[in-house]
Amino acid sequence: MNQTSTRITLTVNGGRVDETVECRKTLVDFLREDLGLTGSHVGCEHGVCGACTVRVDGSIVRGCLILAVQCDGAEVETIEGLSDSAEIADLQENFIARNALQCGYCTPGMLMAAAELLAEGGVPSREAIREYISGNYCRCTGYQAIVDAVEATARQRAGRTS
Amino acid sequence: MKPSSFAYAKTRSLDETIGLLEQHRDEARIIAGGQSLMALLNLRLSAPKLLVDINGIAGLDGIALDGGDLKIGALVRHSAAQKSPLVARHAPLLALALPHVAHPAIRNRGTVGGSIALADPAAELPACLLALGGAVEIAGPGGMRTVAADDFFQGLYQTALGPDEVLTAIRLPAAGETTRVAFAELARRHGDFALVGLAASARAEGDRLEDLRLAFLSVALTPVRARRAETVLNGQRLGSLPVDEAVAALADDLDPDGDIHASREMKMHLAGVLLRRVAAQLERPVP
Ligand SMILES: Cc1cc2nc3c(=O)[nH]c(=O)nc-3n(C[C@H](O)[C@H](O)[C@H](O)COP(=O)(O)OP(=O)(O)OC[C@H]3O[C@@H](n4cnc5c(N)ncnc54)[C@H](O)[C@@H]3O)c2cc1C
Ligand code: FES
Ligand code: FES
Repeated sequence: MNQTSTRITLTVNGGRVDETVECRKTLVDFLREDLGLTGSHVGCEHGVCGACTVRVDGSIVRGCLILAVQCDGAEVETIEGLSDSAEIADLQENFIARNALQCGYCTPGMLMAAAELLAEGGVPSREAIREYISGNYCRCTGYQAIVDAVEATARQRAGRTS
Repeated sequence: MKPSSFAYAKTRSLDETIGLLEQHRDEARIIAGGQSLMALLNLRLSAPKLLVDINGIAGLDGIALDGGDLKIGALVRHSAAQKSPLVARHAPLLALALPHVAHPAIRNRGTVGGSIALADPAAELPACLLALGGAVEIAGPGGMRTVAADDFFQGLYQTALGPDEVLTAIRLPAAGETTRVAFAELARRHGDFALVGLAASARAEGDRLEDLRLAFLSVALTPVRARRAETVLNGQRLGSLPVDEAVAALADDLDPDGDIHASREMKMHLAGVLLRRVAAQLERPVP
């Protein structure tokens, strides 16, 4: 009971990972430092900024507010996984087209949050988009362009299915 | 910052959890959703030697009608409660309040039990529990006990929970035909902790408002009832509630300290604004 590190097995972006981690290590530090997946960013380390947003078992969470040990047996997806699978290629295109990123620090977390809202389907109101990304800080864009990009993606997806 | 070093145990039963808490006392800390505790660990405001993860205990994540109550398991995530048809139907006050709790990624992980156990005075769910006159189920070395909401919140982050006890569920009286509920809060930004908030429950008895309970958040060390304002409004005719008088009564009910977010005067003013909004919501049946 006094071991301060432990072995974990989990799936990260579809691949199996088997590592020994310190119990105190947060998921986002584990992804960045142990697995070299530096797409997830670390901003505030206390849940406020959203830069560390990743998916665990299908839902977005704060990578800084969950421990790597708690993810033993879990399925973790990061921005690298979402990019490679092209799941959000259209959203990424719209971010670029509308200058919805400048320094890019917030972008992976922003995309993660927006992807979850878009997965609910339909075309959310701008108000609903703002609410859904309210936990993700952007210090560059002023958000307007981000809301535009998410809205445009929702419209394009709705247009394709109807 | 990074947490200081600790050991970690994922428990599979209440007995195992309580055993570890008894054995390690002050050195152990329960982690549920971690959405408050992890921030404290990262900032080293909390430095337990052992983290006891209760997420592996089966049976604590259910939502069900039980007698006349809606029983919500401690490990139910905020987002699951928000999506639950049972919560929408039988605990409409929670359905109104949950969208104000933090942000989607935090609601996906944070738990109802953790929010009640932490008892942050600015949190929505403790005020809802108090407004509904609900109760808390607790497991400890001596077995199970139930504590009424009115007795549960005792001071700043102080509750009736002992150091070797686990909150297992909350019970909320299920809404009926005559139930009226209302929720309003003011925050700087959506999802931020409220500057002031107000949860209310009552019954519409004929054309009268009865059994009103008003629970404010963010104006004291715990969620607090506004009992004088309740008295002013109770028994009054719907459609002509004496709202001005009730707002005036808040001067006796509330004694908030100012903080960096809002002065005492501002909080008192906002409390009055919220009482007006909530009174207007109480005029209408739950949609
Ligand atoms: C940026 C940010 C914004 C937030 N905004 C809001 C907000 O607006 N409103 C709001 O209400 N909350 C807010 N929260 C807090 C969030 O709702 C938390 O989920 C909640 O307060 C605690 O629940 P948890 O399951 O995460 O508890 P944890 O963090 O795991 O635990 C909190 C405390 O309760 C104890 N505990 C947990 N579960 C139990 C149990 N079953 N029995 C006994 N003790 C237990 C733990 O030991 C710990 O001391 C915010 C959090 C963040 C990071
Ligand atoms: S680094 Fe996790 S929310 Fe800021
Ligand atoms: S693009 Fe710089 S923080 Fe958002």
